[in-house]
Amino acid sequence: MIVFQYIAEALFYAFMILTFLGGFMAVRSRMLMHAVLGLAVALIGVAGLYFHLGSPFLATMQVLIYVGAVCIMIVLGVMLGNTPDQLTTKNFSGRNLLLALSACATGFFTLFITIQQTKFAPAAQMVGDMSIRFVGENLLYKYCLAFELISVILLTAIIGAIILARGGREEVAK
Amino acid sequence: METFYSILPELIRIVICAACGAIIVFGNALVMGYAERKLAGHIMLRPGPMEVGFHGILQLVVDGLKLMGKQLVVPAQADKPLFMIAPLLAFAPVFVPLLVLPFSEKIQGFDLDVGLLLILAFASLNVLAILIGGWGSNNKYSLFGAFRSVAQNVAYEIPMLISLLAIVFMTNTFSLRDIAAAQSPVWFVVLQPLAFLIYIVAMVAETNRAPFDLPEAESELTAGFHTEYSGMSFSLFVLGEYANMFIVCSIATVFFLGGSSGIPLPYFEYSGAIWFLAKVYALMFFLVWIRWTYPRTRFDQLMNFCWKYLIPFSLVNLLITVVMVKLI
Repeated sequence: MIVFQYIAEALFYAFMILTFLGGFMAVRSRMLMHAVLGLAVALIGVAGLYFHLGSPFLATMQVLIYVGAVCIMIVLGVMLGNTPDQLTTKNFSGRNLLLALSACATGFFTLFITIQQTKFAPAAQMVGDMSIRFVGENLLYKYCLAFELISVILLTAIIGAIILARGGREEVAK
Repeated sequence: METFYSILPELIRIVICAACGAIIVFGNALVMGYAERKLAGHIMLRPGPMEVGFHGILQLVVDGLKLMGKQLVVPAQADKPLFMIAPLLAFAPVFVPLLVLPFSEKIQGFDLDVGLLLILAFASLNVLAILIGGWGSNNKYSLFGAFRSVAQNVAYEIPMLISLLAIVFMTNTFSLRDIAAAQSPVWFVVLQPLAFLIYIVAMVAETNRAPFDLPEAESELTAGFHTEYSGMSFSLFVLGEYANMFIVCSIATVFFLGGSSGIPLPYFEYSGAIWFLAKVYALMFFLVWIRWTYPRTRFDQLMNFCWKYLIPFSLVNLLITVVMVKLI
């Protein structure tokens, strides 16, 4: 079984590196299209981490929803914009640099302090089975309110999109 | 090293699964490529390929060699990394769904309880590949093709999922083997005829084939999203398309046509797999048949058909199914 543990360990680091590289590409690339694809790579890496944590269900849903739907919609929007020969100008200097660094530092230290103060209990064994049935029962009974609130956010996004699209069309009509 | 020998059977199993997947992908492309050209010929009252081998049976082998020998041309203004990654991204994910397909009660790579979700997740990566390829080519035809492909795939994924969801409600599982096994007295095509029809239409649209082949409409867009691709990078797209056809037809077989069930044949232990492949290729024949019989739809007709007819009908079907499942 030791060989399997090595393989699992190697996969964990591979997925972590994939997530990190994807995130780096999303932040640092100068073309919007590359940034979105970096986001897709990072999300695939996160799906791999879910798989490593023993939930194939979450991993497949991550790929299905985030990579298969969200990223494709973002890419579709981006495609209306730039072509490969139109690079965005570099604006990572001066005040922007300062603001970006302070924002990053705030986020990093918030997470870092929280993680430092949390006492992690080592997971001796998996609590309950993480099957679809288990996830479904928890979402629709125990955490029903949170689940419904999340769908309200989606509804808001849809209504916002409709309002934006309508406004655009009326302007064209004039 | 004793521990290594204990996991050896599992490693061999993984290697065999991967090899079988490769055999299916390439064998299927050879068979379907030849069958498609031959059937197209006969539907149009001409013989099709006749020169290489008996009735042109080796035509695809020769074509494959030709494509492998061709130069990979990258347009000067293209985004080179994306241009090169796109065919690989269209081709590589097709191996994963093959691992969970139940070819018979005994022949299956892995029986996951999220089998259906896994297939749908990896099928959606194909759209991303088409997008990247179309955008990376930096060609207006390619971009239009990619655009249409996304609009079409995103729209038709909804009725496809909802029609499959009706079956999932009836069987209470995502595992493909359990769904196939649940149809031992009656196939679900009898219980869910509307869902089957909706799935068939959505399946044609999802694989970007005529009459819904708007992403590569030759008369308007040259060749759509793969206009700039040549040689092997073009053939990877084609291999991916044929493998996707195989996968969607397999899902139709598992969900509606009883999977591997059928009358036992003389070679009893393989009769399940034979029936499964027979059903899959009957559906693929149907796909080829309608491709060469019907003219291409217009894009607004395509989208209207999905949003105004398929999605409402599939939702009503789902509602009726849920009520029936609750009552019975």
